[in-house]
Amino acid sequence: MEAKKSLSEINERIRDGSVRVVTAEEMPSIVEELGPDGAVREVDVVTTGTFGAMCSSGVFLNLGHSDPPIKISRAWLNQVEAYGGVAAVDLFLGATQPSEDRGIEYGGAHVIEDLVSGRAVDVMGEGVGTDCYPRMEIETTLHLEDLNQALMVNPRNAYQRYNAATNSSDRTLHTYMGTLLPHFGNVHYSGAGVLNPISNDPGFEYIGTGVRIFLGGAQGYIVGPGTQHSPGTGFATLMVSGDLKRMSSEFLRAATFTKYGPTLYVGVGVPIPILNERLALSTAVRDSDITVPVVDYGVQRRDRPVLKSTSYAELRSGFVEINGKEVPTASLSSFHMARMVAGTLKKWIERGEFLLTEQAEPLSKSGVSRPMKQTKELPYVGDVMNRDVVTVGENISVPEAARVIVGSRFDHLPVVSDDGKLMGIITTWDISKAVANGNISRVSEIMTRRVYTATPDEPIELAARTMDIHSISALPVVDKDNRVIGMITSNDLSRLFAGRRSI
Amino acid sequence: MKLMLRVAPGIVRKPLIASVILETGALINIERASIDAVSGEIVLDVSDDKCKQVKDAFERRGVDVVLLEIPVMRNEEECVHCGACIAICPTGTFRFDDWKVVTDPGKCIQCGACVTACPHRALQLVLR
Ligand code: SF4
Ligand code: SF4
Repeated sequence: MEAKKSLSEINERIRDGSVRVVTAEEMPSIVEELGPDGAVREVDVVTTGTFGAMCSSGVFLNLGHSDPPIKISRAWLNQVEAYGGVAAVDLFLGATQPSEDRGIEYGGAHVIEDLVSGRAVDVMGEGVGTDCYPRMEIETTLHLEDLNQALMVNPRNAYQRYNAATNSSDRTLHTYMGTLLPHFGNVHYSGAGVLNPISNDPGFEYIGTGVRIFLGGAQGYIVGPGTQHSPGTGFATLMVSGDLKRMSSEFLRAATFTKYGPTLYVGVGVPIPILNERLALSTAVRDSDITVPVVDYGVQRRDRPVLKSTSYAELRSGFVEINGKEVPTASLSSFHMARMVAGTLKKWIERGEFLLTEQAEPLSKSGVSRPMKQTKELPYVGDVMNRDVVTVGENISVPEAARVIVGSRFDHLPVVSDDGKLMGIITTWDISKAVANGNISRVSEIMTRRVYTATPDEPIELAARTMDIHSISALPVVDKDNRVIGMITSNDLSRLFAGRRSI
Repeated sequence: MKLMLRVAPGIVRKPLIASVILETGALINIERASIDAVSGEIVLDVSDDKCKQVKDAFERRGVDVVLLEIPVMRNEEECVHCGACIAICPTGTFRFDDWKVVTDPGKCIQCGACVTACPHRALQLVLR
């Protein structure tokens, strides 16, 4: 006979104080020791927790009506724009919206943290002016307690697991996965592994719509699957909601990723009742069981290359091996705080303050996270590059190079080796400088050896960004053997963009 | 012990470090140096017993010397112990201890990498 119990039995034990709660960190060894049937008899609830950057978060705020009334069309809280297209005085403030005066160092997430911490927030609104809402402008200062409602509604929180990030390119990248050092200098990961809510119930035996959870230090609910919910690939997500007025700034923390933007660190915890042996087994998951792809953010395309598969156990050891090299790892989410979430939820249940709810519907086992359908594509570098590019060999003299430049349409001359591989680049400026200094030697002595390039199969936006970041006006286009097959200049791009705008 | 030298424009071109090494016989490790045409900032690591002697020697040559006892400061209120500062630091100043981040200030060379990498703006370089 399979060991099982009902949710009402567990709630009864919560009420009478006899409930046995453990955190998801403790469960693997309990199941190992007692077996799944023994664990069902021994443990009633396993608490999970995660605490990390959850960009897809925000709050609905109801400001109450002014006199004369206003129908707010646009609104700013501490200079951060909130969405006003809901009802007259309902706003939605998204966590990642940057402020208009302080840029990304302060954003929607910071306004939310200020509200939760009891600080005053300056509100500005513009109205549309109607017979029922004649007012055109409003300015006021509000505290959280002055709002009628402040409902946190987060479209995508608590990913089941998250890609680990590294960077093959030769410059430091600033991403939502933090600072990624060049040449695989580091690996960043996110997620609580063994404590992660969905990883402890990947079959949604308990997790579903209507389940009461820990959210931001208060009791909240799972609304349903989150956006980009994709359980088939192991990337399920939750849409969650809760009352901001009950939350605490310990478990809601604003942050800014340098050169990326503001985000909100949210604490989410789901209790999992051990109703049967399947749940006992799924909550026995360990860090080593949860695999994660290591993704190269050095390739700035949607389909970034996956370098290898790793596990939370390897990530948390401090190193991951990539191409035979030990690369240091670090986390962006906080395991310490994830433990606090799971621990706090455990305490609430033990004290009888938190009862478990039945799911109204399990989380969907399917879900799609498809790429965007693009009906209007910008061309690729290969479509717009100049193919009649002129190159010179390394060993020609500077005066010869000058003659070639004069005879060609380009200000840039890629320098190639005997077998056609790109070695460097010289510009009219390099040549003038060499002549002015009386240095009329070989091209190889004055060329720039660090050449930024483009490839024919990359979208022109990427080539434009490369030129922009390095303040240069032309890029040689190379094939996969680093042979020069064309040239793309900022003039080509501005003609293209200008042509598009005038359509 | 780490020393930060602030070198004024007039003396930046003199062989300061070499002459201090010759005078004191101290083994000096240059951990960070940013020097341009007008001035410079250099962080040195010197063994504790020679520290005072080296500091005096630089000061006699007109260099402004600061002892870096706590080169990087962490605001405990802001820090959530994520660890985003750990792998970014070239000298291993930070590490996890039972999943809380702890600092070994003696390793810091004030490069500033962790300050921009911390999502919670919890880190600050002292004296910069
Ligand atoms: S990156 Fe900042 S918040 Fe994270 S552990 Fe380091 S100091 Fe703390
Ligand atoms: S400034 Fe930060 S990153 Fe640089 S050495 Fe010091 S602790 Fe490490």
